[in-house]
Order: sequence, then structure tokens, then C-alpha cells
Amino acid sequence: MIRDVTRIRDLSDQELTHRLAQGLDLETGPFVFHIQSRESAVFNGIRRIYADFPVSTEAVRDFHVRVRRPTNLRRWYHPQVVFEHDRQSPFKPLPANHAFASLEWGMNWCIAGYAHQYLTLHAAVLERNGRAVMLPGEPGAGKSTLTAALSLSGWRLLTDETALVDLDTGELWPMARPINLKNNSIDIIQAFAHDAVFGDKAFDTHKGTVAHLKPSQETVLRMHEPCRIGWVIFPRWQADSPARLTRRPRADTFVFAAENSFNYSILGETGFRTLEGLIRAADCYDFQYSHLDEALSTFESLSA
Amino acid sequence: MNAAFQRLLTALQRPESMATLTDTEWDALLRHSRSASLLSRLALAARDCRGWDALPPRVRQHMRAATFVAERQIRAVRWEVHKLHEALQHLDIPIVLLKGAAYVMDDLPPAHGRLFGDIDLLVPRTHLGEVEMRLRLHGWHGTHHDAYDQRYYRNWMHEIPPITHITRGSTLDVHHNILPLTARLKPQASDLFTALHPIPGYRNLYRLGDADLILHSATHLFHEGEWAHGLRDLVDLDALLRRFAVEPGFTQKLYTRANTLDLLKPLQYALHCTQALLNTPLNELGLITSNKPRLHTLTQQLFMHGFASAHPDLNAPGARLALFALYLRSHWLRMPPHLLLPHLLHKALARPKVAKA
Repeated sequence: MIRDVTRIRDLSDQELTHRLAQGLDLETGPFVFHIQSRESAVFNGIRRIYADFPVSTEAVRDFHVRVRRPTNLRRWYHPQVVFEHDRQSPFKPLPANHAFASLEWGMNWCIAGYAHQYLTLHAAVLERNGRAVMLPGEPGAGKSTLTAALSLSGWRLLTDETALVDLDTGELWPMARPINLKNNSIDIIQAFAHDAVFGDKAFDTHKGTVAHLKPSQETVLRMHEPCRIGWVIFPRWQADSPARLTRRPRADTFVFAAENSFNYSILGETGFRTLEGLIRAADCYDFQYSHLDEALSTFESLSA
Repeated sequence: MNAAFQRLLTALQRPESMATLTDTEWDALLRHSRSASLLSRLALAARDCRGWDALPPRVRQHMRAATFVAERQIRAVRWEVHKLHEALQHLDIPIVLLKGAAYVMDDLPPAHGRLFGDIDLLVPRTHLGEVEMRLRLHGWHGTHHDAYDQRYYRNWMHEIPPITHITRGSTLDVHHNILPLTARLKPQASDLFTALHPIPGYRNLYRLGDADLILHSATHLFHEGEWAHGLRDLVDLDALLRRFAVEPGFTQKLYTRANTLDLLKPLQYALHCTQALLNTPLNELGLITSNKPRLHTLTQQLFMHGFASAHPDLNAPGARLALFALYLRSHWLRMPPHLLLPHLLHKALARPKVAKA
């Protein structure tokens, strides 16, 4: 049976503005966010980046978030926005033109802080031919750039930021959210795929310039389809290096993944078992590369 | 009392009633119970009453997540107490665990699904120096270096400034009494040490006696003014009363202890409020309240605002004013006016950043 789904793109500008003022129920993978904001940056981001996403009709929402102007004097000369989860603000206010980035970070914060029905790992996940590759993130290793390029080359994006591992089945669930690209990566991906759709850039954030890449329609349409792990690959961009995969011991991969989990210690024994099952089922590699094209063909041959 | 608050109270009292809530009601109750640190408690209750399968799937997910957090906190408390015992086991004094840590280590009903803050302990005042030194050697160090803070704690309070472990980051509150030295009510710490229960498996770890557990929980709730956790603390009291009040002669014992320790007033507040909000069966306990003048209506209303302060949706009109009044009340009970006025002025003027935080 096909559900009669309303998507963001089906809403008129007026309707979207109205919903955002009252609270828009956005479905992203297993989560429903109730998003309230009158910020134009939030409107533009949702309009462009989340166009294909469904509007949820469920009464129970997972996270109630809001991006609003704090009531301080600054609003007259240097407007700011603050992110709220259920009326609490976990972060300091940011400049008003970072409103959409602030919403994205806030949504990630909610998942890392509360979604302990999954083992959550700081890693990107993509899928090809029914097997998932997980790319754990060392900052600056070029994880997001590679993830963006793969997602624009036939790999289905599950997540760019947080891997969700099912505690009962060990499968990876899509989070189906935009990819957050920083600084040079934005130009690299724009040059790589001219038709890639980006949100507005936010300049001078704590991560430099950031922009969000719209996920493919396939990512959104298959957002409720989990996937079994195939590989864990640690990418590292290295100037002038040929693309090279080298085996990485599973024990070592386990330790790294545990340290890069948001909730491994909260889940206790269940966390240990889940991660152990995941790593045991995966082929683990280190991956060095300097050219995206070479990297993509290496991944192509893996999944063949 | 607003409808959302009433629903939270009903869910706590009769978990089987959760099966009849609509999805819209759940959307609110999830958030309200989480803000009040009671979602994990509801999760365990739902499992116990076999109401789990009737819950909406999204609610079950959040409850499962909250249960993991609660279990993790219990493991963390056990580990921290183990390390604490390592540091203090060679001292020939009783180390008394208070509140959450005591419930966990003696497996008392309030421990189930509870979330914790810092670990509290009570030691004889004469041995404070020794205890502090041992704890420092094992990695717990003070964070309040300000001279005013030191004087505030050391001269007036019932505890030393909180100490934090340098690697684990856990915080300990070391007490030598259960109310400030300057407080209106004057429980004698030496009385508390006469009725201790040993914690099985540890050389010199104890918890307060059954009646004293209830009296301390009540005193903390109604005289220390940490209303953000007010409802959770009331749920603790409800669980303790249900556990101990069934024992023959307990009511008489509790009443006598309350008189000895000068804590009859907080006990009466506790009995009144648990009965009013959580329907705690009073049975003979009713005698303790019945022959006394009823709780002042204004005070009662202030407490209701306090219990509803965990989430803005639960507030009734007048909440802001009521919470300010509760704040003043807690200080009024803490110190006589000639100390209180300079202290509040210091908080308001000398350290605006801290006062705001």
C-alpha cells in the first residue's frame, strides 16, 4: 500500500512559512523532528535541502526543536539565533545567518544525546548493492568530501555524521540528512558535480565556512530501508598519494569505533555486543588517496 | 494544577493507565517526564505492569533509550562508591552514603529507574579533615577556591565545598550534617550516627536508618530548595514510605525519630504532599499529620508550583512568582536574617556571572 505522503516540495511558500511558525513535522529516517522557526535562513534551507522529505502526520514526535532570536539587546545591531530542544538551549547563541547550520547541529546533538535505542557512532555510511560501507571520521581526514563524492556517484547515502546501529539486528539505519561540507570541500564538490544542490553558505562558523549538500532522491525515498555492514574504511587524504587500501586489524577498528561512539559506555554490555557483531561482519581497511576519481574507482571495485 | 501535570502524576501512580493515553498526550508526556528525570522510571513501571506492548512504538524507543541511561548511572554509582571505599576504608569511622547512592547500594525501591546527580556522603565532623585529605590523595579536588565560597561552606553549611575527581570528573558532596549549621531546624548529626545500617560487602560503608532515610529525603526536598528535581524527590519519598510503612511499629518509630531530630515539620510536609500528589497510602501515618494544624494553604500552593517546575508546560499561572518565593523561602530557612541579607547581596552584586548561571 502506498501512503499518501506530503513532501516539503508540495507545500507553497506560504504554507511552509506557516508550518514553520507553528511547528513543521519533518521525517528524517527513523526520527520525526518538530521544527519551529521564523528565520529566513531556516526557511531557505528546508525549502531547498529538504525538498524531497516527507511531512510526518504522526502525533508523537521525537524531538521538539526551535531556532529563535534570543531577547537580548544585540538583536538591534548584531542579530543572533539560539537553538532550543524542548525549551532548553544546549548551545550559546550564533549569528542569525548561521540559523540553518545551527538547526542541523542541533538536530545532530539531539540524536547523539538521546537516541540510545541505537548504538551511535561518529561515522558516515553509504550503501551499494545491499552492503554498507562505514567511514569513521578523524577530523580533517576528508571523510565528508569522500562521502559527498560517493553519494553523487551511485552510492546511496545513509548518513554523513552519525551511524545508527540496530541493537537487535546489527543493521545500519539511514539517518537521511544533508551532508555538511566545510571550507575547500565545498569548492571541490561543486567542481566534481556541477548539478549538486547546496544550501546557502554560512561564513565564519566555529568550523569555518559550511554549506549543506542536498541528499539524493534515492536516499530520501529509501530512508526506512536498513542495510548490513560490508566494510569499515578509514579514509585519509594525502597529497600525491596513489589510492591504496591496506587491511586494518579488527581489534584496532573495534577500539577506534568504541572511542568514536556517542553512547558506547551508556549501552554497557549491549553496546559491546552490538559493536563486536558489527566489526566481526566487516572487512576493515585503511584508505589513502589524493584524487577523488581514483578513490571512487577503488570503491567501485570493492562493491563489484 | 494543569492537565499535563495531572497526567504525569497519574502515570506515576497507576502505570497501567498509560495504556489509555492518546498519541497526542504521549507527545507531551514523553517530554514532561524526561524533564522531570522520570522517563526511565515510567519505562520500568510500564514493563512491570505489562503495559509495554500497548505503548506507541516511538514511545517505546525513547523509553528503551532512557532505561539504558538509568542502568548506566547505577553502574557508575556502584563504581564510584567502590573507589570511594578504596580511599576511605582504612579510617575507623562510619562513611554514610546519602540519598541516591544509599538507595542503589542497598537496593532500595527508589533506586529503580532513578537518575542521579552527585554522590552525597556524611561523615563525623571531627574527622572531616582526615576524610578530605584521603580523598585528595585519591584524586578528588576542590573546585570552589574563592575565599567567600570557602567561608560560606566552612562556617555556615552542612557540607564542605563540592570536590571533583580529576580523571573521572565525578563530584562528591561531603556532609557532616543534613541541614546547614545556620538553619532554623537543628538536627544533631550525632543522633543520625546511632541508627546506621551497614552496606553489605563493605568495611565501613553505611546508610541512614530506615526512618532517618525518609526524614533526610523530606528535609532535603522541603528545606534545600532544589525544586528542579522536586517531583523526582517526591517519587523517592513515595517509594520509601510504601516500602517501610508496612512494617509493624514503623509509624511510631518515625514519629519519635522526627521529634528527636527536630524534623517533624518536613515529615509532615512529605506525608501531606506524597498523599496529595501520588496517593501514597497513609494508614497509621495519617496520625502524624492529623493532630497538627493543616499545612498552610499558601505554603501548599508554593510547593505545588515547585513540583510542577520541571517543564514550562506543567506550570500553572503565577509560577514565576511562586518559584521566586520558594527560592527566598529556602534561604530564609537556611540562615538567620543577619547572615542572609549580606549573603544574597554578595550573590547578586559581587558575582553577577555566578548568580545568573
